[in-house]
Amino acid sequence: MPRKSYRQAINEALRQEMERDPSVILMGEDVSGGTGAPGEQDAWGGPFGVTKGLYTKFGPDRVLDTHIAEVSYIGAAVGAAATGLRPVADLMYVDFIGTCLDQLMNQAAKFRYMFGGKATTPLVVRTSYGVGGNGAAQHSQALYPILTHIPGLKVVLPSSPYEAKGLMIQAIRDNDPVIFFENRALYDTMGEVPDEPYSIPFGQANVLKEGDDVTIVAFGRMVSFALTAAESVQKLGISCTVVDPRTTSPLDVETILETVAETGRLVVVDEATPRCSMATDIVSLVSTNGFATLKAAPKIVSAPHSPVPFSTALEPLYLPSVEKIEAAILAVLDKAPINNAA
Amino acid sequence: MSGITPITMPKWGLTMEEGTVVKWAVKAGDLISQEQELVDIETTKLANVYESPVDGTLRRIVAAEGEVVPVGALIAVVAGNDVADEEIDAFIAESNRDVVRVAAGPVPETIALPGGQVTYLKVGPEDGEPVVFVHGFGADHKGWVLNQSAISESHPTFALDLPGHGASYKRAEDLSASALAEALLSFLNKLDLKNVHLVGHSLGAAVAALAAASSGSNVKTLTLIAPAGLGSKINGPFFDGFIVETRAKKLRPIIEMLVSDPGIISADMVEDVLKFKRLDGAQEALTAVRAANFPGSEQTVSIGPAIEALKIPILVILGAEDKVIPPFQTKELLSANVVEVPGAGHIPHLEKASDVNQRIQAHFGS
Amino acid sequence: MIAAIQLNRSELLDAYERMFAIRTFEETMRREFAAGSIPGTVHLYCGEEASAAGICMLLQHGDMIASTHRGHGHCVAKGCDIEGMVKEIMGRRDGLCGGKGGSLHIADLTKGMLGANGIVGAGGPLACGAALTAKLKGTKDVSVAFYGDGGSNQGAILESYNLARLWNLPVIFVVEDNGYAEATPSGWAVSGSQVRRANAFDIPAAEVDGNDFFQVYDTAAEMIERAREGGGPSLLHIKFTRFYGHFEGDAQTYRGKDEVAEARKRDPLDVFRNRVLDAALLERSELEAVEGKIKALLEDAVIAAKNSPFPDEADLLTDVYVEY
Repeated sequence: MPRKSYRQAINEALRQEMERDPSVILMGEDVSGGTGAPGEQDAWGGPFGVTKGLYTKFGPDRVLDTHIAEVSYIGAAVGAAATGLRPVADLMYVDFIGTCLDQLMNQAAKFRYMFGGKATTPLVVRTSYGVGGNGAAQHSQALYPILTHIPGLKVVLPSSPYEAKGLMIQAIRDNDPVIFFENRALYDTMGEVPDEPYSIPFGQANVLKEGDDVTIVAFGRMVSFALTAAESVQKLGISCTVVDPRTTSPLDVETILETVAETGRLVVVDEATPRCSMATDIVSLVSTNGFATLKAAPKIVSAPHSPVPFSTALEPLYLPSVEKIEAAILAVLDKAPINNAA
Repeated sequence: MSGITPITMPKWGLTMEEGTVVKWAVKAGDLISQEQELVDIETTKLANVYESPVDGTLRRIVAAEGEVVPVGALIAVVAGNDVADEEIDAFIAESNRDVVRVAAGPVPETIALPGGQVTYLKVGPEDGEPVVFVHGFGADHKGWVLNQSAISESHPTFALDLPGHGASYKRAEDLSASALAEALLSFLNKLDLKNVHLVGHSLGAAVAALAAASSGSNVKTLTLIAPAGLGSKINGPFFDGFIVETRAKKLRPIIEMLVSDPGIISADMVEDVLKFKRLDGAQEALTAVRAANFPGSEQTVSIGPAIEALKIPILVILGAEDKVIPPFQTKELLSANVVEVPGAGHIPHLEKASDVNQRIQAHFGS
Repeated sequence: MIAAIQLNRSELLDAYERMFAIRTFEETMRREFAAGSIPGTVHLYCGEEASAAGICMLLQHGDMIASTHRGHGHCVAKGCDIEGMVKEIMGRRDGLCGGKGGSLHIADLTKGMLGANGIVGAGGPLACGAALTAKLKGTKDVSVAFYGDGGSNQGAILESYNLARLWNLPVIFVVEDNGYAEATPSGWAVSGSQVRRANAFDIPAAEVDGNDFFQVYDTAAEMIERAREGGGPSLLHIKFTRFYGHFEGDAQTYRGKDEVAEARKRDPLDVFRNRVLDAALLERSELEAVEGKIKALLEDAVIAAKNSPFPDEADLLTDVYVEY
């Protein structure tokens, strides 16, 4: 199977769906990144190069560079979706959601319900998230818990190139509004991605590794951290199950409960800040629905309750690390920490 | 002969980069013979036993159980008893245990047939009588991973993804064995393959047989492994499950029906099937292939008459513990050249690769 | 203004029927609300009929409107089922939205009514989206964004002007300036002018007397035609008065003592009636026939609504998603 990057995988998904369905359009700031400028029209191909080549292939009627005014163009994407197009709108950084949350929260999310089932809003909002590159407080957040909280929205966090292509194709074909969270640190990671189009259903967690001792639930970039930690503790004779829920809304609670029932111990790894997060949500779901299966209190490895710092000395301390996950695995097993793990 | 023979981590399939030494079946000092089982090896894709490539005395085991070793790196040393220990030490010290990079193997190619693009893997020399591998239901060319590499040492080999499978075109009006046989013949034609040895598995065996029957003199020998089309019964629930299940947990027991030893089925194998089923058109193709060839628990595909009419040498290999197509019904229908492999299920060419490879090679010469 | 007189008889009757239907609908809702039959609250459109009727008469089903919290008028004028509307406002299962939306979210996308909206100004971007769909599909449909003098200050609206002009969208922005944003007069909250704001974005704009159906109709017709022919957005600033409060229950103590009485002297229904009767375009008996029909329709609708079932518990969780 050919190897492609996370970025290429998403690009391929967009291209193949745009080839298949003429009602799929892209819009956002610099998704072409040059339209109307004297030089190259497709100069950027998106702020992170994800949409490169699509303007050249599909033209200005399908790939629309917008002004920097999220309320209007995210709102226009909502209106277009409700009236027959299938837009994929780009919210460059999820940190900008404050500007346009109304159009997603009060409009897109609620049309179907408040109009009595008569509206269909097949919108995809792509957005980037995550700590890294010293983006600091306003360009590093992981705000998927906020969107997950809103009934009527679906929220997707692909953890690898294979996942990214299949979930994006599914997102475009899905008839509900979907917020698609791309972790910027994953754009260059490589993986096997089929050339043909394929879709991964929402609400089906992926169990990447099976073990007997601890269940680790992780999202997005944290999945590979969890796998590394799981492989590392294997040397100590500890075997872990690693679960990637893929989508936080809908959430595959059943698989999480099943795997915790097998191990009795839960560690949740979440890059987002800890109050009202996915980590707390999952710990709550397991505690209320699977209490009898727990042999120990669940552990959460997350960012601290603080904005993201700028300095190279501080940023790495903010993100959950493989070491912190290893420590949590040991702690939930009531084992002593290795050496001087913090 | 007082030479030193390195035993290295084998490469099973295109993408294997390293393997885990699970359990040694022999110890230092043992006299070993070619094809004797040496060690259980596990990769992310499969678990299997590695057989000795040589006769000799196993002088040293270099890779311990549990160790992960790159493909091509040293795992043991075979040498004559006249070779001194110091020489063996020196040999080991000099061997590069960490960074042996085996050259990247051949990659699959595509070819345009009347129905669409077909993917295939070509391995082996340019000259010689070509061997064409035809996989079964729900599989693809990668199912021949342990066979194609061995046989490609002496023959040009071609393993294709049948229409409706792998990375080949999925949408077709007719996915019956006869239609697939026509596609196979187009494939042979397009690549200008002459004097072909066809090796087919399960549905692929039926396809190969039907293709051979209408290929005139172009097919020299036919090898049918656990063939469909020679009896009426087939394991309906296997196909039901294969088609319906979308979660690894539920699909695994279905896939395990294919083999005698479930330990051979790795998580990656199950994942590969899931990934195939997610491809656009794959689910529809599987359903259509099943309906056209073995609806319910009955086989509508039939190759009996084709086999009767063929004048070329035919070898049938059955797994004694086949849970998908009962081996007894196949044996009953044929007179000559049926081999039953003990300890193997529906995919003996994977479970008992070495044995099957030998038999196939021998059969090419008949 | 002459052009409007060239509406034929059936068109004039249609216009009157739309306006009278809105008025009767709203008066009925006012009565029912006071009687306790309507949960939540309602925002009544009385006094503003000429806007909804004048504009919606020019639209077809494929044209989309994005409405405001004061949405009953737009809904009636766009051709939504009146009985369904009453049932919806009374929270019944067979209401236009299954009882799930109520007055504030009343909608029917099959009639091109993209919904009343509880978020002031949110309709601007939505209408731009509908216009984008029309433009990319080449349908020659247009969309209309209704918002008030209060909504006109929303970032969403100003951004929409920029977007509509940049992309040459077939959208008509309609400022229904009834002089108040809740309890705050437009003079206190709107700087510059609606028309000049639009012009600043190179969007053609006009101000009309919202009590005069024909002014609204004429000016809107030109703007809608421009949009259909690929000429892009326009803005229509409609000035009129609402006869009742921001919501039912609003004591309106912020208004002048005789303000509403004065405004009622230019009741848009009177203005229309006088014009068509004076010019002998319609007979009084024809108008009365329409009135009788509409009054009966509303009475029947209210009775039907009061007798129709509420949603079940099973309906609570339906239609959150198409599929979850």
